[in-house]
Amino acid sequence: MAEVLVAIRVVAYRELLRFVQEKSRLISSFAMPLLFLVIFGAGFTRSIGTMAPGVDFVQFMYPGIVAMTVLMNSVMSGLSVVWDREFGFLKEILVAPLARSGIVLGKAAGAAIVALLQGAVMLLLAPVVGVSLTPLLVLKLIPLLVIISLSLSGLGLLVASRMRSQQGFQLIVQLLVFPLIFLSGVFFPVNNVPAWLETVSKANPLTYGVDAIRQLFLAAEGGGAQAIGVTVFGHTMTVLQDISVVAAFGLVLLLLATWSFEKQE
Amino acid sequence: MAQPIIEVEQLTKRFGTLTAVDSVSFTVAEGELFAFLGPNGAGKTTTINVLCTLLRPAGGRASVNGFDVVTQRSDVRRSIGLVFQDSTLDEYLTAEQNLRFHAYAYRVPRQVCEQRIGELLELVELSDRRKSRVRTFSGGMKRRLEIARGLLHSPRVLFLDEPTLGLDPQTRRHIWEHILALRKQHGLTIFLTTHYMDEAEVAERVGIIDHGRIVALDTPDHLKDAMGGDVITIEARDNDAAAAELGQKFGVTPARENGALSFSVPHGDKVLPRIIRSLESPVDAVGLRRPTLEDVFLRLTGHAIREQEADPFDGARAFMARHGRGH
Repeated sequence: MAEVLVAIRVVAYRELLRFVQEKSRLISSFAMPLLFLVIFGAGFTRSIGTMAPGVDFVQFMYPGIVAMTVLMNSVMSGLSVVWDREFGFLKEILVAPLARSGIVLGKAAGAAIVALLQGAVMLLLAPVVGVSLTPLLVLKLIPLLVIISLSLSGLGLLVASRMRSQQGFQLIVQLLVFPLIFLSGVFFPVNNVPAWLETVSKANPLTYGVDAIRQLFLAAEGGGAQAIGVTVFGHTMTVLQDISVVAAFGLVLLLLATWSFEKQE
Repeated sequence: MAQPIIEVEQLTKRFGTLTAVDSVSFTVAEGELFAFLGPNGAGKTTTINVLCTLLRPAGGRASVNGFDVVTQRSDVRRSIGLVFQDSTLDEYLTAEQNLRFHAYAYRVPRQVCEQRIGELLELVELSDRRKSRVRTFSGGMKRRLEIARGLLHSPRVLFLDEPTLGLDPQTRRHIWEHILALRKQHGLTIFLTTHYMDEAEVAERVGIIDHGRIVALDTPDHLKDAMGGDVITIEARDNDAAAAELGQKFGVTPARENGALSFSVPHGDKVLPRIIRSLESPVDAVGLRRPTLEDVFLRLTGHAIREQEADPFDGARAFMARHGRGH
């Protein structure tokens, strides 16, 4: 057990050290979500109008953009594993008396902290785009973002556990990340779309992460949440149920990633 | 011999159909400087990777510091320090940050951690670069930092896998000064792999390994004595004819080495003049020397260490040089 805890601590510690020193990553991880928010927001708000009573497009999309920021950073946690393998440092980690599960969790924890920091910066923009933010809401959002981030790091780490090159990893991640984002209800509600799109979207775990964040925001705004909330078999998901789906998904991915690391030589 | 700290019995490791290590057995005594000498691909690194728990053996058993490398991996990992062929440093962190990561991972107590980092950086003469990023280091500096890092958790055994590979001769000498100084100070057991003869000479015992098997294991002096005297090399215009003649007249079976014939005889200085006088094949060059570990290797395996490591282009060049002459 001690080997798991030491591994989590020391691996996460290094992830943070690295993050602070890599300015380019800091900037690039904001750039895309911000572009989406500004351009889509400006472009669509007039033509689309309100999504639900009292909810305009930017207010609808903004929680999704926060989720997207977390997603991008979490999945990229895998990149640091591939990087470590390419530059040899992974060997230093693997021959140390550290549990493999702890190494995986440490990478995920590092990513979660980074994602939380970035999520926090996105939250600072809330008043700018006309979304109100209360201290209670922020307090509720923090554990939610951590769970989403840990889960999605599992995805990045699973892909990374066997990848040998950074290019290969980036390619696979692009293939995964874009469908995950576009089919997660960030840009449109997934309830009233063609049946095939609805099915695919509701099979996407990120949908529930986005839904949970959105519900919290809209509840704070006062209403509107019911009309947009994701329904599964006629049942409208509550925030807690959303989180459970994301957490279960993450648990499976992290277990698979650990297993994949243990097995390789 | 002192208590063995590394014990290996019938160790075997396969990759697909290739048997990289083929039922190898040996022991290393506590405090010994032990070297594995062999060409690339002989199974040296694979053996180290099994001993340091990175690879699982296919057969046999091995223990380090009394711990089994399969069932007691964590205990083995805590007992050993490692310097791999390729750098395993995080180049974007500073020297100090790399060492600290290691200290935390191996749970070096906080009280002694900073002091040890200071001492070890002093030892490998990197104190002034403590806060520099490793990215800015030369190859020799990186290797020195890795040696310091390998010792940070006070291991019982230090594994050095080709510690001077790819470094220039001056840096190689420098690294070796550090390794030998360390050994004296800490009474450390060192397990070394190398394909440099002069590095193996320093070892107390040398295991010669080829195609995954240990073909000889003894002190460098004993290995050389077993050659039976001095080494004579003869470069004849027609090596095949000369070899046949040598066999007929002197009863020796010469080995081939870089386009020359070589064999060992007692009292070479007295025998050589007679050979030259009686050989009918025209001779281009002769040589006489005390045997080296290279000769031992050549004798035991039938090929030179250096021929195997040549890349295809070197091989082609050597071929052109050999066969292009006289046209």
